[in-house]
Amino acid sequence: MVIAIKDVICIKGKMVTCGSRILEHFESPYDATVIQRLNRADGIIIGQTNMDEFAMGSSTENCAYGVVLNPIDETRVPGGSSGGSAVAVAAGMAWTALGSDTGGSIRQPAAFCGIVGLKPTYGRVSRYGLVAFASSFDQIGPFGGCVSDVARVLKVIAGHDPCDSTSAQVPVPDYVKSLTGDVSGLRIGLPKEYYTEALDREINDAIMKKVDVLRLHGAIVKEVSLPYTEYTIAAYYILTTAEASSNLARYDGARYGRRAKGAKDVIELYTRSRSEGFGDEVKRRIMLGTYVLSAGYYEAYYRKGQKVRRLIKEDFDKAFQDVDCLITPTSPTTAFKIGEKVDDPLTMYLSDIYTVSANLAGIPGISIPCGKDHQGLPIGLQILGKQFDEETILRVADFLESDER
Amino acid sequence: MKLNDPYEPVIGLEVHAQLLTESKAFCSCTTKFGNEPNTNVCPVCLGMPGVLPVLNKNVVEFVIRVGLAMKCNIAQRSIFARKNYFYPDLPKGYQISQYEEPICSGGYVEIDLDDHTRKKIGLTRIHMEEDAGKSIHDLDVDTLVDINRCGVPLIEIVSEPDISSPREAYLYLYKIRQIVTYLGICDGNMEEGSLRCDANVSVRRKGEKKFGTKTEVKNMNSFRYVERALEFEINRQIQLLEEAEEVVQETLLWDANQNIAYPMRSKEEAHDYRYFPEPDLVPVVVDEPWIDRVRATLPEHPTTRYDRFIAEYALPQYDADILTTEKSYADYFELVLKELHTKNKEQIKLVSNWVMTDVLRVVSEQKIDIKHFPISPTRLATMISLINDGTISGKIAKEVFEEMLKSSDDPRVIIEKKGLMQLSDQRVIEKVVTEVLDRNTAQVEKYLAGNEKVFGYFVGEVMKATKGKANPRIVNDILKKKFAHIQVSKG
Repeated sequence: MVIAIKDVICIKGKMVTCGSRILEHFESPYDATVIQRLNRADGIIIGQTNMDEFAMGSSTENCAYGVVLNPIDETRVPGGSSGGSAVAVAAGMAWTALGSDTGGSIRQPAAFCGIVGLKPTYGRVSRYGLVAFASSFDQIGPFGGCVSDVARVLKVIAGHDPCDSTSAQVPVPDYVKSLTGDVSGLRIGLPKEYYTEALDREINDAIMKKVDVLRLHGAIVKEVSLPYTEYTIAAYYILTTAEASSNLARYDGARYGRRAKGAKDVIELYTRSRSEGFGDEVKRRIMLGTYVLSAGYYEAYYRKGQKVRRLIKEDFDKAFQDVDCLITPTSPTTAFKIGEKVDDPLTMYLSDIYTVSANLAGIPGISIPCGKDHQGLPIGLQILGKQFDEETILRVADFLESDER
Repeated sequence: MKLNDPYEPVIGLEVHAQLLTESKAFCSCTTKFGNEPNTNVCPVCLGMPGVLPVLNKNVVEFVIRVGLAMKCNIAQRSIFARKNYFYPDLPKGYQISQYEEPICSGGYVEIDLDDHTRKKIGLTRIHMEEDAGKSIHDLDVDTLVDINRCGVPLIEIVSEPDISSPREAYLYLYKIRQIVTYLGICDGNMEEGSLRCDANVSVRRKGEKKFGTKTEVKNMNSFRYVERALEFEINRQIQLLEEAEEVVQETLLWDANQNIAYPMRSKEEAHDYRYFPEPDLVPVVVDEPWIDRVRATLPEHPTTRYDRFIAEYALPQYDADILTTEKSYADYFELVLKELHTKNKEQIKLVSNWVMTDVLRVVSEQKIDIKHFPISPTRLATMISLINDGTISGKIAKEVFEEMLKSSDDPRVIIEKKGLMQLSDQRVIEKVVTEVLDRNTAQVEKYLAGNEKVFGYFVGEVMKATKGKANPRIVNDILKKKFAHIQVSKG
């Protein structure tokens, strides 16, 4: 198992920068739980991969250490924030890779690079040693060239960890065994709020073709509704930035990482170290998050965001009473040009529209290749499953993958 | 503040108690005090990137103990929150604390006022949190930070504004110290910072229902400072009101050297802590069986014990108060009683006297823990039983006691070795008495002439002749018998 690791997961004795200047020379004194588990399984860690700074971004352009190029078309982004990991697998530099997914950071780059990327259920994989962006959203997951590779890696890294109180005490099944190739009788939902006029025709058609194949093999396809979909992006950016503003407070130049030189007092030390150390996107999110938690705004933003999160989760609970999994596009577009959206954060945020709901609801999601658009760029198909039911989405993904071949 | 003042103070206290758990609240580092700086640390308490807290279950256990002892409601589900602020001794940039949904709410602490009435001070809440590290500024270099204390568990006990004087604040704090030390969850040491106290103070005209504007007083790191700082602040506020000026809501720091409280710079106190639920921890769930298990292990409450000492042993309030100051004192006292198997009120009072005056004197002089006091309850009981059975007199006992401090011998052995055995042999004493009377015919005449004070002189002479060993009761009896005899024979 030759595996690349996103530079947000701690490896003892290695530099862990999170794509940020502020952790320029930071060397981790410990191994993340997933690293320990990979080592125990004789995994070969071949390298660390570039990423959007602190996993904030959808294009792997927000990096202190250079922009990552899409191997299919080097003028285009690989998606993000785990762009480096997706590219490592897509370009054959590693057999598999680990990424982290807070709002689509594994699934969207997998889609843009034409590979498989899985975000497990929140609590399925230990976050100990994953540098936090938004603690109640972050989840480590694997990339692979095929579904069975992803299933193999998940088997190794999943399971309860006493070092992570939010990791669940749920048994880990043998995911490879769950790839039976049988989808007959499986109930598949298509959330109507995801298939609107706004969705690119080509992407829509490519997905519908796959849905037809499933139907042909005995799956029952239904339309379902997720009424709170229109609030997902807003709730996501309120809650994740709030957590991020607190999670990133520790990078203050006092103990490790970048320290501004010649500061007169502690306030100046903080201000300058952080001003020099963080990039624009990270600063933007810290400010947003600080704002939504501030006295006088907490109720209107953070608290309301939490309520919406609960409603979104209930949407999914309701939908999963009728279906076993959902099929959606992974991203509203295929890989866009480098620099195309970099000055327009709002458009960039909207490119996560289909992926963030899984993180709000804590459910698993997988992106698999689903044909190509007219420019030859890969289209991603996303399968969302019930909490802790990675088996079903892996099974459907594997089935569709065999069909693609 | 005078008794006829038209003003009354309204005080609420926030008390922080450092818990005596073996390891820190959210990692397995030791909580041991006094180790080399930055040695009791790990990636978790250093706030390294990617680490996660894991709650130490003993912290919950300890706070349940306090909650039960203070009659609080113990929440079945409570949550942690992050309190966000930047400071170099706060490695994560936030403190894990509880905000909404703390583990304990309600409850009260009873204090015994100087007029022997009892007053309930209501509690708002008790919650769990982690301590920060220490910044060391006063060295000749840059500020240094010691993270050893960082992550040591604390509880914060927040009172209602039920405290009406600095004296009451003192008694309240004293009672809290007593309860937490009885429970064994905190060492109660204010000077070392394991017990800390901030106060909210306001003043209003007597009879007024509305609260005045409050200030917060910090940095009062001893029981006496709390009383003095509050006196100062109350007087300052009254003076402002008298001069028709307004009290400004602000935070003051007590300066014990100058005996004043001065305002913190507004920048330092302008904190918006941006509390929000801690996403790295799951809710704390405490079920009834757990509470019941903890309840079963609770020691007797100090106030209950105080009341019982008065009711069961007929001790004066003064004795009961001193003997129950510390759980270890009360335990020592009761162990002595147990050894003596006595229900006799006089004998119990005798034990109380020995413990209060002799044992506790040495304990406080030598600043030792009573558990390490060289005379075990069993040995003291043996010694007291020797007084009771007349083997030694109370006076000789003091000598035996001093000897017992130095050697681990049984008091009987000491008495034997030193020849301190009380002389109770009638014939021997009678012989001495006769000799004394024969030598002092003039004094005998005086006594017979009605000067009864001379009686003490004879007792003294007999004791001198027996080197203090004669049983005074028998000496008295024989002397009286002798005089009666002489009178009759003179007839």
